[in-house]
Amino acid sequence: MSVATEAPRVIGRRKRSGAERAKSVVWHAAMLAVLVVVLYPAFWVLTASVRENSDILTNISPIPTSITWDNFASAFDGLAGIPLWRFFWNSLVISALSVVGIVASCSITAYALGRLEFPGRKAMFAVVIATLLLPGQVMLIPQYLIFSEMDVVNTIFPLVIGKFLGLDAFFVFMYVQFLRGIPRELDQAATIDGAGHFRIFFSIMLPLLRPAIVTSSIFTFIWSWNDFMGPLIYLHEIEKFPLPRLLQSYNNTEAVSNYGGMMAMTLLSLVPVVLFFLVFQKFLIKGIATSGVKG
Amino acid sequence: MSASPSTTAPPAAEGAEAPTVRGGRGAAKRRTPISRRGERLVGYTFMTPWIIGSLVFTVGPMLWSLYLSFTDYHLILGGDFIGFANYTAMFEDPMFARAVKVTLLYVLLAVPLKLVASLAVAILLTQSRRGIGFYRAAFYMPSLIAMSVGIAIVWKALFAGGGPQDQFMSWFGWEGGGFIGNPSVSILMLVLLSVWTFGAPMVIFMAGLLQVPGELHEAAQVDGAGKWHRFVHITIPMLSPVIFFNVLMETVHAFQLFGPAFIIGGTAGGPAWSTLFYTVRIYALAFVDLRMGYASAWAWMLVLAVGVVTLIMFRAAKNLVYYAGEDNK
Repeated sequence: MSVATEAPRVIGRRKRSGAERAKSVVWHAAMLAVLVVVLYPAFWVLTASVRENSDILTNISPIPTSITWDNFASAFDGLAGIPLWRFFWNSLVISALSVVGIVASCSITAYALGRLEFPGRKAMFAVVIATLLLPGQVMLIPQYLIFSEMDVVNTIFPLVIGKFLGLDAFFVFMYVQFLRGIPRELDQAATIDGAGHFRIFFSIMLPLLRPAIVTSSIFTFIWSWNDFMGPLIYLHEIEKFPLPRLLQSYNNTEAVSNYGGMMAMTLLSLVPVVLFFLVFQKFLIKGIATSGVKG
Repeated sequence: MSASPSTTAPPAAEGAEAPTVRGGRGAAKRRTPISRRGERLVGYTFMTPWIIGSLVFTVGPMLWSLYLSFTDYHLILGGDFIGFANYTAMFEDPMFARAVKVTLLYVLLAVPLKLVASLAVAILLTQSRRGIGFYRAAFYMPSLIAMSVGIAIVWKALFAGGGPQDQFMSWFGWEGGGFIGNPSVSILMLVLLSVWTFGAPMVIFMAGLLQVPGELHEAAQVDGAGKWHRFVHITIPMLSPVIFFNVLMETVHAFQLFGPAFIIGGTAGGPAWSTLFYTVRIYALAFVDLRMGYASAWAWMLVLAVGVVTLIMFRAAKNLVYYAGEDNK
């Protein structure tokens, strides 16, 4: 259980001894074992989506006995006469709006909290930190009452408005941390050159914040895509459902008779997230390592 | 909250603020393009969305729900102030005992298992070997999808009667059937779902492990310390801020598990209340039974519990967490 130091690397470059090689084999075997366990559920849903209904639940082997594409055909049919693409579109709209809101609101809020001096700043930052650990359930009921008073229940407004107001404490904190790593001399130089705070923010900070913007956008997109509780509480008409709500309804109504269709639909709903992950993998892992993002 | 939770972020520049050009120093006749007042104005302008949002959607609702928790407010029937009646009723409510039991059991099982797994794999992955990037990415991937409805549905299938888990375990003489129908083990489905996401804390552990100075290990090795000794006396103390951060965040989040529990157990937390998570019960009270006053009291109880746990952890951290470069008495 030795931790990475320079030493093993040097040894590795020399002629490998028998013991070294044996260790390496054991290491790879252990990692592969973990890999198999971790990937089994993903692999299972992949193969379940092309199996006959009768073959899905009774067969532990990940290799299907026969392959059918009917499941995907019935998945694309959607639910209650509304095609699947409609639910994808609903999800996409919510996620895209959330990303725009987070980037716009968190960057200005974090700039003020992390870079400017004004009375009340410390107290406001303390509120941000406190909401990081605060269970959101405690605000759920009054928020619902407020939104129904505003007559916006059954629209996506309640799902995205918080994102536009910088209420996502986690991302505000992440942006503030990131801003602290940017040298103050930059602002000072710009100030001497006559730039105002708006200029500094738009021409200097925003471009430098790019890594934070990318990381927060990816996470926001994925979290909004997966979010279930918000749509569960606020969306009641099936035409407005995003994918998680569709899956839940489908699971309650159709899954008994059409298990394969359910699995195909599940797989399709996960595809965008996995694609996002594959494309932005480096950014995601760096982001989580430096800011302690919860996945 | 004095301890900075992010251990690997760039050091905060707060204390080291160089004397700036802004304001003051009038005698020096230096041009100060932005006055203090200007900075204030910009500050408040930038904070406006957050201030409005907080008042209307977070701080306001918190106070309102505190008030609601002292009423018997029902969404349709309305309600009156009833003092502490909700709080006393809670302790006689069998559902409260069930929800607390399920949630605590989950926290106590899921958090340690997930963190031990993530630390063990992180240690293995910080050895310099081939394929680390691939393994790290593959192990991290479940963290992004685990809380989705899709995976909850997959989980239901994996642990159904006659499903993969049932078949696999029956090879070893298991007769309990699928976890999903067996109240004495059904919570393990959610524990395993949580352990499946060990990749997220793992990545944070890896970042922490790479910052442990190699010289410490070399010096100890020269002094004849074995691997286990070095792990306990060097790796663990140097890693303790990261461990603290992960324990805190995982615990706080575990108390609030909702989506997968809701899909797997429904609002009743079936079978036989064995997956009746606290937040699921809050949802059922508020949005199925519409008893929003009583549900608010439940929610405030959760805030209290998480608050107490957080405080205890910060207290314990004072003695247990080692911050390099600080004088720990």
